[in-house]
Amino acid sequence: MSDASYLSLEKLTLAYGDSVAVANLDLNIRKGELIALLGPSGCGKTTTMRAIAGLLAVKSGHVRLDGADITRVPANKRAVGLMFQSYALFPHLSVYENVAFGLKLKGMRGPELETKVESGLKSVGLSTFANRKPAELSGGQQQRVALARSMVMEPKVLLLDEPLSNLDARLRLEMRTELQRVQKETGVTMIFVTHDQAEALALADRIVVMKSGKIEQIGSPEDIYNRPTSSFVADFVGFENIFPLENGKMKTSAGLIDLSGKPPSAAGLAWRPRMVTLGTGPFQGTVRGTSFAGDSREYLLDSSFGPIKAEVEASQPAHALGDALAFDLPAEKAAPLSRFV
Amino acid sequence: MTLRSLFIPITLLLVIAFLIGPFLIIVAASFSAGETLAFPPQGFSLRWIAKVFTVESFRASFGMSLFLAIGGTAAALILGIPASYALSRYKLPGAEIVRTIVSAPIIVPGIIVGLALLRYIVVPFQVGITLALFLAHTALVLPYAVRVVSASLDNLRSDIEEAAVLLGSSRLGAFFRVVMPNIRGGIMSAFILGFVTSFNQVPVSLFLSGPGVRTLPVDMIAYMEIVFDPSVAALSSLLAFLSIGIVFIAERFLGFSRYV
Ligand SMILES: Nc1ncnc2c1ncn2[C@@H]1O[C@H](COP(=O)(O)OP(=O)(O)O)[C@@H](O)[C@H]1O
Ligand SMILES: [Mg+2]
Repeated sequence: MSDASYLSLEKLTLAYGDSVAVANLDLNIRKGELIALLGPSGCGKTTTMRAIAGLLAVKSGHVRLDGADITRVPANKRAVGLMFQSYALFPHLSVYENVAFGLKLKGMRGPELETKVESGLKSVGLSTFANRKPAELSGGQQQRVALARSMVMEPKVLLLDEPLSNLDARLRLEMRTELQRVQKETGVTMIFVTHDQAEALALADRIVVMKSGKIEQIGSPEDIYNRPTSSFVADFVGFENIFPLENGKMKTSAGLIDLSGKPPSAAGLAWRPRMVTLGTGPFQGTVRGTSFAGDSREYLLDSSFGPIKAEVEASQPAHALGDALAFDLPAEKAAPLSRFV
Repeated sequence: MTLRSLFIPITLLLVIAFLIGPFLIIVAASFSAGETLAFPPQGFSLRWIAKVFTVESFRASFGMSLFLAIGGTAAALILGIPASYALSRYKLPGAEIVRTIVSAPIIVPGIIVGLALLRYIVVPFQVGITLALFLAHTALVLPYAVRVVSASLDNLRSDIEEAAVLLGSSRLGAFFRVVMPNIRGGIMSAFILGFVTSFNQVPVSLFLSGPGVRTLPVDMIAYMEIVFDPSVAALSSLLAFLSIGIVFIAERFLGFSRYV
């Protein structure tokens, strides 16, 4: 086992009956890494997590963890923790008993058990809630119990399925910090699922972008944000002007168009609204929509080759609906895409 | 007040009188001092209530009914809990059909079930009466057990079982550790409902009686055919109060009516 593959998925294929949900997935994760699985709903994130946890049988391929092939190891023997989207606390047990559940199954008893449960509860700030039932806690508190319940087991990998999606905005930020802190303190390898790119960018060491059961791109948050390699990822992280390239020209509904500057050799180019030059340039557009966002102003332009989104500093003079404007899509600023889908 | 506005309260009173009236008459008759079952009662005494406890056959048939109600219901739960679990947790093909078949005895009149059991099981296979009664009561209670237990399983999230497994429990262990404790109320309710249903069951048991083997309600009918004194009324009252007591306690501690 090399350091770069503490947890590895090799040619992993997962299916529900005959319908394949995840196909030929390869992924290597380092020990102690915080990975975000990012992708739209239905792309196979939950399915992948369930297979790593052992709750879903693997159709073909392998799962390796800490040097051992665990593809056929049952879920209760894997030392993989999973925090469910619904928390899945045991309603008949107190907070204390919920956290003690797995430890007791390991045969832990007496003062050792007590110390361990209490420190688990303390680490999520719930010591005073030990005797409450889950139903008597807020959503955020329930989630902390679920986190403590998984963490006291000292799992080799902790999986979190959309851990922040059921929380309101303020709690979400709090929980985000909390997860980061727990991860740094314990050094546990963590994979969390999200469909929110901002969440993935803020938390993860590395982001795995998935689409229809396949990995679309793996990279650091900077890579994903600044250097998407496919039109799908570009679109997902907010590049709103995306065009394929053909013979160094931009392919549009109005035919092939010459760009100002020399385009790189790529399958396509993508510009964030902020990368569009407004006021000068070889192209002409008409303002069809404008929206003010405090620091900046966004324009939706109609051009001969389709709609263009542009964003400029709010301090610039505003344009009105119907104004004709020159604009440019500078080739040197664009993110080159190696795959266009 | 117009006649119109009185219509609903009067209807309501009539319905209540119709439902509770016979019961009140029987209770009153059991305290009669007279020799025959009559209403209004003649005088007041506890002699018929006392007599119930001295009738030998009542004691034997009470024991039989108690055995059937407890044993039959327990057997129905032992079959019904796994069945309900499978029906609610696995999207089995034909699950709806199974559910319907299992619930059928609630719909099919008991007299038909009794006759069919006698004609096609007891006689051809020479099954003993006690065993036949036990099987019949188990079958009768099973639909109630499945219905009530299913209702409480449907209210329980299934991901807690997976959570238990990931914390080191086996699948079976997860069932006993996190499913059973959370459907305990449903199981207790099913037990009580099954007990009362079995205990008060007449039509099926009517076909299944032999020398010295009878359930209490059937024995009461037989007794009445020979002796027409108020002791049957007294016994009925005692049983009714027993049932009411059980259901009252169940409602009080389990919220029984949620499941039924
Ligand atoms: N229990 C299931 N049975 C059949 N198909 C399923 C089941 N769960 C998920 N799927 C399908 O598998 C695909 C991936 O689902 P999922 O992993 O839940 O996506 P995500 O978590 O990324 O939203 C989807 O097309 C979904 O419809
Ligand atoms: Mg999901």
